[in-house]
Amino acid sequence: MKKVMMGNHALSYGAMLARSQVIAAYPITPQTQVVELLSEMCASKALDAKFIKVESEHSAMAACLGASLAGARTFTATSAQGLALMHELLHWASGGRQPVVMGNINRAMAPGWSIWTDQNDSLSQRDTGWLQFYCASNQEVVDTVIQAFKISERFMIPSMVILDAFALSHTYEVVELPDQDKVDAYLPKFNPPFRLTPKEPHAFNALTSPDHYFELRYKLQKDMEKVPAAIEETGKEYEKAFGRYLGQVEEYHCDDADFVFVTSGTAGYTARVAVDELRKQGIKAGNLRMKVFRPFPFAKVREALAKVPKAAVVDRNCSYGHHGIFYQEIKSALYGEAKAPALFGYITGLGGRDITVEMFREIAKDTLSKPRPSEEIGWIGVKR
Amino acid sequence: MSAETKKKTMKLTLPEEELMSPGHLACQGCGATMAMRYMLKGLGQKTIVCIPACCWAVIDGPFPHSSLGIPIFHCAFEAAASTASGVKAGLEMVGDNETTVLAWAGDGGTFDIGLQALSGAAERNDDIIYVCYDNEAYMNTGIQRSSATPYGAWTTTTPVKHFKNRPKKDIVAIMAAHRIPYIATASVAYPEDLVKKAKKAKETRGTKFLHIWAPCPTGWKSRPEDTVKLARMVVQNGIFPLYEIENGETYKMTIKVAEKKPITDYVRLQGRFRHLKEDDLKVMQDEVDRKWASLQKKLI
Repeated sequence: MKKVMMGNHALSYGAMLARSQVIAAYPITPQTQVVELLSEMCASKALDAKFIKVESEHSAMAACLGASLAGARTFTATSAQGLALMHELLHWASGGRQPVVMGNINRAMAPGWSIWTDQNDSLSQRDTGWLQFYCASNQEVVDTVIQAFKISERFMIPSMVILDAFALSHTYEVVELPDQDKVDAYLPKFNPPFRLTPKEPHAFNALTSPDHYFELRYKLQKDMEKVPAAIEETGKEYEKAFGRYLGQVEEYHCDDADFVFVTSGTAGYTARVAVDELRKQGIKAGNLRMKVFRPFPFAKVREALAKVPKAAVVDRNCSYGHHGIFYQEIKSALYGEAKAPALFGYITGLGGRDITVEMFREIAKDTLSKPRPSEEIGWIGVKR
Repeated sequence: MSAETKKKTMKLTLPEEELMSPGHLACQGCGATMAMRYMLKGLGQKTIVCIPACCWAVIDGPFPHSSLGIPIFHCAFEAAASTASGVKAGLEMVGDNETTVLAWAGDGGTFDIGLQALSGAAERNDDIIYVCYDNEAYMNTGIQRSSATPYGAWTTTTPVKHFKNRPKKDIVAIMAAHRIPYIATASVAYPEDLVKKAKKAKETRGTKFLHIWAPCPTGWKSRPEDTVKLARMVVQNGIFPLYEIENGETYKMTIKVAEKKPITDYVRLQGRFRHLKEDDLKVMQDEVDRKWASLQKKLI
């Protein structure tokens, strides 16, 4: 069924089609429509789930973890300050190996108060042990929620499905909603190997001495390392069932490119328009859109960038005192590679300033005019 | 007449079932340990407990051990109530409507850092039992003051020169203001009363709050063998009357005190009050009398 919907509602439909059983959430702009629609779905029985209307994001994640350990499939959604308040519980989720799926609407962190998009909220949660998927269309949001549950439940690692505030969360697009019975076949019932039940009493998350803790975290990393292959596998399986492939990166004209943009989120689609324009002018541009950030898609990034002499990483975030976060990570992934492009780093669009096609033209011009990158950040669109 | 003797069997006043094993890690004379043992006698094995950071996070034993015969979710410090709410919802969604969900937190996890989540669960009237075992300070981290620490007490963050000069927060009044179906106070010196309240909480739907007095010899600088004595004195001298509240307004005393005793003997058994002068004791006694009088007005 085709439906016109906003990105936030795409999250709700994804959670509904995945048959989420417990939802616990707290409102925050620009996430509210996600949970408004879910509470309507629960009330009308379109979704057979319990909705716990908690008093904070901290409690939202705590309640999700309680429900998940009781054996229920759980979903929540938040943004920015809410995600930051949840931070402690994000560690509880991954450390406790609980496959909660959460939507996060990328919103700039206060102060000053901002409700507009950038990626510092989710990227600040980089080391919490969550899978991170960055979406560029509402279709991708619905599909990714379903895929995220499948991967999370296989490895017992939580997932964050991320979309830009307003640029996606409040933008209406046509979405092809997958058939429920096909989704049920793709994503079987949640059946965790261990759960809270008096029939088999276990103590979960107990005090763990240096004799055991290390191994538990080692196993988390070892399982994280298996996820890239599982994304490819489940992505192809999804394509077979629904006609849409869900991978770790999206290449656009990378094969014969003289240089590529490396982007994430909705900026990735703006970049494709810029690539088309540049190609009309005879400049062989390409775009590599990062769909997955954790686990980091080392192989896919190296493979895509081995083909090009120059690449310009466009970050809508900043690790203050270092550089753009995607830039750091891609640079580190390419270190020591025999075939790697000259890597240029740009920061733009913080606090929701629009990232335009014009800006990509400026980035292309800068990258092509310089023989090699400098350590300096390329600031695009900043008033100085 | 034959000399036939009638066989006598002792009638037990508490359920025989033991859900807590020996080999736990509590200090000698720990009131919190007795509180758990009695509580589980009342609730039975079909119970899941959520334990945040508190003495009980350690008492139960380190991974992979446990001294309880029920499942435990060791959860975040400020999240006992919200975790329990989630467990209850999750159980219902997987078809288990029977299991009792218990949140089991210390006074720090209840009066201070967990108060927001507790208030949220109570306002929603989620079907959980929340127990605060109160030893009147952050004992697990080494005796720092909490908002449950009484006036006059020494702790490591309220040294004798600057002992705590504000009264204990009235958590029961706060919970009563939420108008939840059942609230009770209990003391480890009155196990029958405690078990009865546990059973009543189990049979009541909605949010239940139990405030259990649990002496801490380590933190109170009292003798381990005085734990039960102190837990009885505190009821007899009116510092911690045993009562229940239904729907936030119907108050009922469950252990009647014929003649309220002065607090002096109780105070003198504890090193944490050793520095107090007569004037300080009078402030404490006045506060107890004021609260006692206020409670008498509410009783039916």
